Amino acid sequence: MKPRLLAVVPLGDCGAYVEFSRTLDLEINAFVQRLGAALEADTPPLLRDIVPAFGGLALHFAPEFDGDVLEAARELVERRLKAGVPAAKGAGRLVEVPVCYEPQFALDLKEVSESRNISGEELAALHCAREYRVLMVGFAPGHGYLWGLDPKIAVPRRANPRAEVPAGSVAIANEQTVVYPYAISGGWSVIGRTPLRIFDAARAEPSLFLAGDRVRFHAIDAAEFRRQSEAPA
Amino acid sequence: MRPGLLTTVQDHGRHGHQHLGLCPGGAMDPVSLTLANVLVGNAPDDAALEITILGPELVFEEDTLVALSGAEFPGGFPRHRPVLIAAGTKLAIGRAQRGARGYLAVAGGFALEPVLGSRATYLPGRFGGFHGRSLRRGDLLPLRGDVAALSKERFLRLKRGKGRTVRWLVAPLTLPEHEPVVLHAIEGPHCASFDAASQRAFFDATWKIAPESNRMGFRLSGPALVRADGGEILSGPTCLGTVQVPASGAPIALMADHQTTGGYPRIAEIATADVPRLAQIAPGGTVRFARCDLKTAVDLRRDLKARLAPALRAIGWEYGG
Repeated sequence: MKPRLLAVVPLGDCGAYVEFSRTLDLEINAFVQRLGAALEADTPPLLRDIVPAFGGLALHFAPEFDGDVLEAARELVERRLKAGVPAAKGAGRLVEVPVCYEPQFALDLKEVSESRNISGEELAALHCAREYRVLMVGFAPGHGYLWGLDPKIAVPRRANPRAEVPAGSVAIANEQTVVYPYAISGGWSVIGRTPLRIFDAARAEPSLFLAGDRVRFHAIDAAEFRRQSEAPA
Repeated sequence: MRPGLLTTVQDHGRHGHQHLGLCPGGAMDPVSLTLANVLVGNAPDDAALEITILGPELVFEEDTLVALSGAEFPGGFPRHRPVLIAAGTKLAIGRAQRGARGYLAVAGGFALEPVLGSRATYLPGRFGGFHGRSLRRGDLLPLRGDVAALSKERFLRLKRGKGRTVRWLVAPLTLPEHEPVVLHAIEGPHCASFDAASQRAFFDATWKIAPESNRMGFRLSGPALVRADGGEILSGPTCLGTVQVPASGAPIALMADHQTTGGYPRIAEIATADVPRLAQIAPGGTVRFARCDLKTAVDLRRDLKARLAPALRAIGWEYGG
């Protein structure tokens, strides 16, 4: 199946969103990531950002760009589509994330597991059993939208979002799981915390997650959490 | 001395990292930042201080050529022009009388290490600028080692230097004339999903900038906007000036430190050329949105560039360029 370009729509007056799907389609999502990578290899000077999203690509131009943004975006993408988008190379990078599911970090674990009629240990085990895919990185630095949650532990968003969720918190909602890069407000259920830094501007690769990565979680205890801890306070 | 309400180091931001969820950030009003920089002979994108509403008190340890652009502050300090400040001078900036953000550039910029290609302070991530934070009492901001010599050399190059400043000034381009300030906006991708009354209200109402506005977004208070079709929206990319509407119905205009993607419906996108004008409005100030098409938004961007260019040329001429 070759994904079809649905539309090129304005993203403000300096950007364009090149749309391939309006729903969540894993195959198109993977294609969009490969298309983004192929475009990165040969970007015109005033194209500042190429952002793969769930079903399309955002292209952000500098305000100095004087041409027709929509036309430029369409031309760039169509040229790339004609030349061919490289096939996937292997299964993608695997990122292993240690998580402490103990009560001091797992603020909502009890509530979620009770609502699903399972124990906290079972919930943690189900969260660790699956392999997740990073469909998109966005919202905040390093914030990955990880897809693939076991439907047995899928819960809706919380009615009352927390004003501040600590950095490194691992949370779930619907079919997704996320790791909060910084202490920010959040409406997802927090089931654990990782000692890893999700985004570190000083690292060669600042973001722990990149779109297209595979992710696995594994449980650690509080002592191991402290030992590995590199998350900002 | 005193830090002011929110004083941070900013430049034109870090680009090329939105696929990692990192917004470009940088000056809320890049036009005024450019003017302040060029007024002291810097490159347009050098780092300068962004001063928010209530300015700091600063003491200069060496002779320093500075320029204060953007918002207008009280007192006798000459605005919108280069000023050679003598070592030991205390500069008290005070509370903005017109506009909300001032830019204080110093000759040679600040001697701070760039992070991911920029000296802009990114507060949520606590990196960039001066230790990733806003200034506090007692901070010592590092200037270039040769700032005194550089400042003197540049001041002497000015064709019409008089005493410690010049008699000309460069008119600000982004300060609000009268309220409500009219901002141009194109329809966002989800505009049609709002009910007819809400679509009208967005472009008819006068919106007040709410107190909980910051560098990430300006919250607007006015009529609640209601969607006709309440379907879930797939999270997607946003941009500077995106106006999104959470379930509360109160719109949020995304500013310099904005989120890179979002799941709220996007009713409009403010013209890039008008975002710096919005940045110059303090909480309590009012705006209205004028619906425009994409071509008009692009023309506004060209028009702003065409108004900035002669100012930059004139400053270049004063410096003997």
